[in-house]
Amino acid sequence: MADTRQLSNQSSRQFLSGNDAIAHGALAAGCAVATAYPGTPSSEILPAIAAAKRGVYCEWSVNEKVAMEVGIGASFAGARALVAMKHVGLNVASDPLMTLSYVGVNAGLVVVTADDPGMHSSQNEQDSRFYAKFAKVPLLEPADSQEALEMTVAGFEISERFDAPTIIRTTTRTSHSSSTVDLDGLTPAPQVERPYTKRVEKTVMVPMHARQRRLVMEERTEKLREFSETCGFNRIESGDAALGIITSGICYQYVREVFPEASVLKLGFTNPLPRRMIAEFAAGVKRLYVIEELDPFLEEQIRAMGVKVEEHATNLNIGELSPMRLKQLRAEITGEPAPAIPSRGVGEGLPARPPVLCAGCGHRGVFYALNKLKATVTGDIGCYTLAMSKPLEAMDSCICMGASIGDAHGFEKAGHKGRVAAVIGDSTFFHSGITGLLNIVYNRGASTVIVLDNRTTAMTGHQDHPGTGRTLMGEETREVSVEQIARGVGVKRVRTVDAYDLEAVERVLAEELDAPEPSVVVARQLCVIAARRAVQRQFVVEADACRACRACLRLGCPAIELGDPIPGKPRSRRAKINRLLCVGCGMCCQVCKHGAISEVALEAV
Amino acid sequence: MERITNIALVGVGGQGILLASEVISRAALLSSQDVKKSEVHGMAQRGGSVVSQIRFGEKVYSPLIPDGDTDFLVSFEMLESLRYADTLAPDGTALVNHQVITPVTVSSGQQPWIEDLEARIQQAFPRRRIITAFAIAQELGNIRVLNMVMAGALSKLLDIGESTWKQAIADLVPARYRDVNLQAFESGQAA
Repeated sequence: MADTRQLSNQSSRQFLSGNDAIAHGALAAGCAVATAYPGTPSSEILPAIAAAKRGVYCEWSVNEKVAMEVGIGASFAGARALVAMKHVGLNVASDPLMTLSYVGVNAGLVVVTADDPGMHSSQNEQDSRFYAKFAKVPLLEPADSQEALEMTVAGFEISERFDAPTIIRTTTRTSHSSSTVDLDGLTPAPQVERPYTKRVEKTVMVPMHARQRRLVMEERTEKLREFSETCGFNRIESGDAALGIITSGICYQYVREVFPEASVLKLGFTNPLPRRMIAEFAAGVKRLYVIEELDPFLEEQIRAMGVKVEEHATNLNIGELSPMRLKQLRAEITGEPAPAIPSRGVGEGLPARPPVLCAGCGHRGVFYALNKLKATVTGDIGCYTLAMSKPLEAMDSCICMGASIGDAHGFEKAGHKGRVAAVIGDSTFFHSGITGLLNIVYNRGASTVIVLDNRTTAMTGHQDHPGTGRTLMGEETREVSVEQIARGVGVKRVRTVDAYDLEAVERVLAEELDAPEPSVVVARQLCVIAARRAVQRQFVVEADACRACRACLRLGCPAIELGDPIPGKPRSRRAKINRLLCVGCGMCCQVCKHGAISEVALEAV
Repeated sequence: MERITNIALVGVGGQGILLASEVISRAALLSSQDVKKSEVHGMAQRGGSVVSQIRFGEKVYSPLIPDGDTDFLVSFEMLESLRYADTLAPDGTALVNHQVITPVTVSSGQQPWIEDLEARIQQAFPRRRIITAFAIAQELGNIRVLNMVMAGALSKLLDIGESTWKQAIADLVPARYRDVNLQAFESGQAA
């Protein structure tokens, strides 16, 4: 769809999400190389840069560590580089990051990491700001799209000026909120030519060099601390001196909304912290609070400076903050009445509406079979994690990208009784499954790895990956084969099944789970959302033939619903197919033992 | 200071809520000082419950609407209107699409359906507009435009001119779908 997110120069005032604003910032700063692995809520940054077609080389790297390494190489070679990922992606990229801090940059390098407080789409809610302190690199926290843009431009300048990568940390509510952005005042920094010169003492981190760089890094931290005192992203907004609040990022918006009268120290550059500015602000207010989302990153450091921060009992450290939660804090610290939301009394017993595998999702049959085979299933990161829910209930673990394969091997080597299968998506397999598979082969394992190959990175919005034959910039490329990789690392039993063919899926899985050597089963079927196929087939439940056994309901397909009872058996409920949702995969037809589900002529809906 | 208008769009993933909130934001942007919009992507869109929030006025800080401050709860589905009923301001108005999408927890028999849905909606929302948006979209031959029917119905309650709305739709909807979306919007205005 053509929409406001398009990067155009038609108007100076635009309505942009935080992610799109970061893309604008990268373009304005003359970023020449951008890399990422998709992850909610960071995924839209790279496509927005690529869509602008302004000559920036953009790629989906196979994982965040590789994305970071490509960014480092580009920076060394003299190109400003941006590397984007979600918060847990920075865990994957943390190995290069930690030593990159010793090495520094040539051209500016900006690392964007998007945290997900409240875990809207994530397995944890880690506070990634600690990585900046851990790696001793500058940290910027935008509070809206305007700042996301300005901080991206500044991030490159800071990176070059202080010879360090700059981390920009967003959250779901900065990345996926949209606000107005003025592109008028945007003056792209003049790009300095930075040709590569070989300096092994700076870039080859053997102990002898690293010991020297360690000292340079500490000197840099002191320079950055001085810079934070005068950096325009840190500012005092004077108000009532009785109440002072220090805050950063999106929390600033909630603070302004809920404490309009307060004096506010708004921090945008948050590592290292401006000690003098904080002390001066603290001295000018009667009571000082620190309001931040997730961990007390600012608060602990401010307390360590000897600044008195007021205690309070309102928990702000778990989950996403909101104006409502700050109103509770306000009630506590001002003694005003607690905010009361009168209930309309209609919420009792509302059935939940959790996300589910789509109607026609090719993953469904594999989990249906695994459930029947009573396998222990080590899972991974993707849509298929939804198979842990009723009625499929075919997942035992989900930790991080690629973990399924090592986890399965661990189950096996611990002598776990019963069948164990690792289940991993195609993009996740390319991301970090290959090493785990190699480990099984090398260490004489016998686990079965099922690659759910839907030819896309589905959960994050259908990005390309090495198996799709297409790059982020729309070029055709070699389509990497999961089967060839599996054979290449030494797996002899490699089989491919049509994920819609339930009989084949069950038979192949049973055989491979019982095989005494490692095996890989590729269950292939295009993602129903990405494929956007016209419905090819249509199925109905013949009411008279349906015995209300509910076998088809065990597929957990949202298109199969409970219908009318069998006459004379009021407690029974026959199945019916919702034609608006059914895409015609035909799996329900295969599980019906009574022949009650049959294909009918296509009918327009 | 101009009062902030708070709009929450709720419904089920796949109902076109994100495009509707783009259109509403765009219309607000063309006629107001400051606009913010917040939504969640990813896991929430696999048939799950979806919320998008839009705020506009002279100066908007938080992209999230404080609970109980929503002026217009635009619900694309009846059950979802109840789920978010308490976020509506005491004098707020609910616009509810007269459509039920059975959640899989009910269709699979894990949780009972609520039999008093219509009665609860009447109890929850003294100020309400029930819009047969799904039926209208069906009549127009494209069920996907139910989002523009809802936007049209909402437009009658906001102080934004008709030409601004149509401009917003033209800006955001691909040319080949523009006419049916505009028709849907007009049907929503009349609904």
